[in-house]
Amino acid sequence: MTGEFAAAWADLPEYLGWHVLLSLSAILLGVIISLPLAIFSARSAILRMPALAIAGIIQTIPGLALLALFYPVLLGLSAFTQATFGFGFRALGFLPALAALTLYSMLPVLRNTITGLVGIDPAVMTAARAVGMTRGQQLRLVELPLAAPVILAGIRTAAVWVIGTATLSTPVGQTSLGNYIFTGLQTENWILVLFGCVAAAVLALVVDRLLALAEEGLVLRSRLRLVGSAVGLVAVICVSVFPLLGSAREHAIVVGTKSFEEQYILGALIGDRLAHAGFAIERRDGLGSQVIFDALAAGDVDVYVDYSGTIWSDDMKRTDLPSRADVLARMADWLKRKHGIAYVGPLGFENAYAFAMLRDRAAALHIGSVADLASYAPHMKIGGDFEIFSRPEWRSVERAYGLRFGTERQYQPDFLYRALIGGDVDVISAFSSDGRIAQYGLKLLGDPKGALPPYDAVLLVSPAHAHDRSLLAVLKPLIGAIDLATMQRANLMVDRQTDKLSPAEVARMLDTEITRRTEIPKVSR
Amino acid sequence: MIDIANLTKDYHADGAPAVRGLDLAIATGEFLVLVGPSGCGKTTMLTMINRLTEPSAGEVRIDGRSIRDGDPAALRRRIGFVFQDVGLFPHLTAAENIGITLKLMRMPKPAIEARTDELMAQMQMPRAQFGGRFPRELSGGQRQRIGLARALAARPSIMLMDEPFGALDPLTRDELAPEYRALHDALGLTTVLVTHDMTEAFLLADRIAVMRAGRFVQIGTPQEIVSGPADDFVRGLIENPRKRARALARVLGADPT
Repeated sequence: MTGEFAAAWADLPEYLGWHVLLSLSAILLGVIISLPLAIFSARSAILRMPALAIAGIIQTIPGLALLALFYPVLLGLSAFTQATFGFGFRALGFLPALAALTLYSMLPVLRNTITGLVGIDPAVMTAARAVGMTRGQQLRLVELPLAAPVILAGIRTAAVWVIGTATLSTPVGQTSLGNYIFTGLQTENWILVLFGCVAAAVLALVVDRLLALAEEGLVLRSRLRLVGSAVGLVAVICVSVFPLLGSAREHAIVVGTKSFEEQYILGALIGDRLAHAGFAIERRDGLGSQVIFDALAAGDVDVYVDYSGTIWSDDMKRTDLPSRADVLARMADWLKRKHGIAYVGPLGFENAYAFAMLRDRAAALHIGSVADLASYAPHMKIGGDFEIFSRPEWRSVERAYGLRFGTERQYQPDFLYRALIGGDVDVISAFSSDGRIAQYGLKLLGDPKGALPPYDAVLLVSPAHAHDRSLLAVLKPLIGAIDLATMQRANLMVDRQTDKLSPAEVARMLDTEITRRTEIPKVSR
Repeated sequence: MIDIANLTKDYHADGAPAVRGLDLAIATGEFLVLVGPSGCGKTTMLTMINRLTEPSAGEVRIDGRSIRDGDPAALRRRIGFVFQDVGLFPHLTAAENIGITLKLMRMPKPAIEARTDELMAQMQMPRAQFGGRFPRELSGGQRQRIGLARALAARPSIMLMDEPFGALDPLTRDELAPEYRALHDALGLTTVLVTHDMTEAFLLADRIAVMRAGRFVQIGTPQEIVSGPADDFVRGLIENPRKRARALARVLGADPT
């Protein structure tokens, strides 16, 4: 318990620094865009309606979706600038998060500024003209000062929203306090989740109080309060962003992970090995499955572990199913030809989609394989992760066995197993390398018609580093070094309810084990 | 000298009552009162002198120069303007309100301070006591004094006043109105004042211009208007204060004290 807390605490400077930097940039940019827009809108009803409507619609888009949408948009934009002007930019990480959060921050600033300006007594504006103010002077000396408290209240709302929503920028590759929450959710480490939530909430509250002080300062014309607020805000920004200054790494190797425990362990393992070999390392944890592949192809991520079947059906769009070795060979060839991605090799285990049931239930119904499910399926409930039911593999299984389940439910992987144990669902789509299959003694159903592709864990390297021999040399020892039992055991150490270990701790144990195995020949030589 | 020729404002979306073909010459140093019922166009006429309202046709000349030549903001800084609802800036103190026009004219700060001190003393509202107060912390009469000081700050030669005493209680009004008339004489101002109160017009004006439905009905000194009202409408206006005086005498006469 205390160890977990200490580990979480150690990550705080980096996570908090990025969180503050990201939120600050988004709020500043949001204000810079919203203020002039609001000033024009306050004078023109034709502009006001669409501006408020669009900002309102953006606000209704779920934060996670808005953030995720910006990655493909920026990727396309980057490809365009690369083709037209000869330069591209990183479409992953800071930029998509900044763009989405900026849009998020706009509505309250826009709405409050317009309300503040429109609400000014017309007699005061006539007086402003009568004493000889130009249009600019009216705005600067009368309208903005009178609307300032309302505008600042809008900025306050925006700041709290942005600080909260910034925790969702982890899946697009931007480090934030959300890293605690996403890692914690995936590994069922509730202390970590709570730590992230509390850290973000405390930050939001502190900023809110400081801006409230500024608001009071404006209303009461108290210079002391305004100065106090400014000093407080600058202090928060400096203290939190300062630790990032030393860590700016130009040519860092970016290690990416998808959003589940096995990926976190492997990411930590690869990162540790590279760091040990003297590489500067950056981690991008919890990326979406498609985001991470595009990011590798674009060079926003340099190393990560994917699964052959995922690339086969998602990226190569293949529906035929040759042998396991053939899939690997054709995938390697396609990756190199199409994207210039280096396929370093398989890690030695498969993490396949596999359908699982409670052992007793399967025995009672005489179900041994997916084929036996067909007659029961219409009265059964199946649970899956967020992807499976929209994936081609699922359609292929449905077609091959004529399956049609009565109910399909989606769960966070951790809750998937509980749903099965608790009887909420009859069948789940599990993952073959998951330690919980053995732990709960689940019955894995066979796939006699071979409807599911193989899912060998494969190590991939970005085009930019495809020929980086020193990098490949560090990664090579991992090829074939992790068998299924080892990975299942490692995963269980993170997933289990008692004596939980962090992915980093498990990665160190795995590292030691791999080193011991690969170094045995050296010792005996 | 303000020359007004064929000044016309068509009825407009901004709600200003229309006025038609007004001709009037106001002499330097003159105190002219525009009087008439609500909606007769007297405020429209007044605000066309400093271009708060732009005329549809006709012309205003000040000392021979058309006010359309040049910047309206600069014109307004040279002309004092006092409102019925005062129009003080709620976010500025009394002293800052008074100094605003001078600030717009980029007068050096010490000069603004000196002028503000002087005006506040003149208004019998010592700066030490009232300078830092916000409009909401002042009484109606005090606010109007600050509004007057603000209008006078840049030493204008022309003052435009839109029912300046209309919103004040009678005691304050009876104190402030003659005070302003004295100030007008002492500073040699040219004043155009709008009111619907005939008594106020008689007490303050050198000349009265009676308006009705966007036109002048009669222009003349109070004596001329009393001795020869142009029509029944003007006669009605004159009769009104008389009737009130008679009614008042009856009530007071019946009073045992």
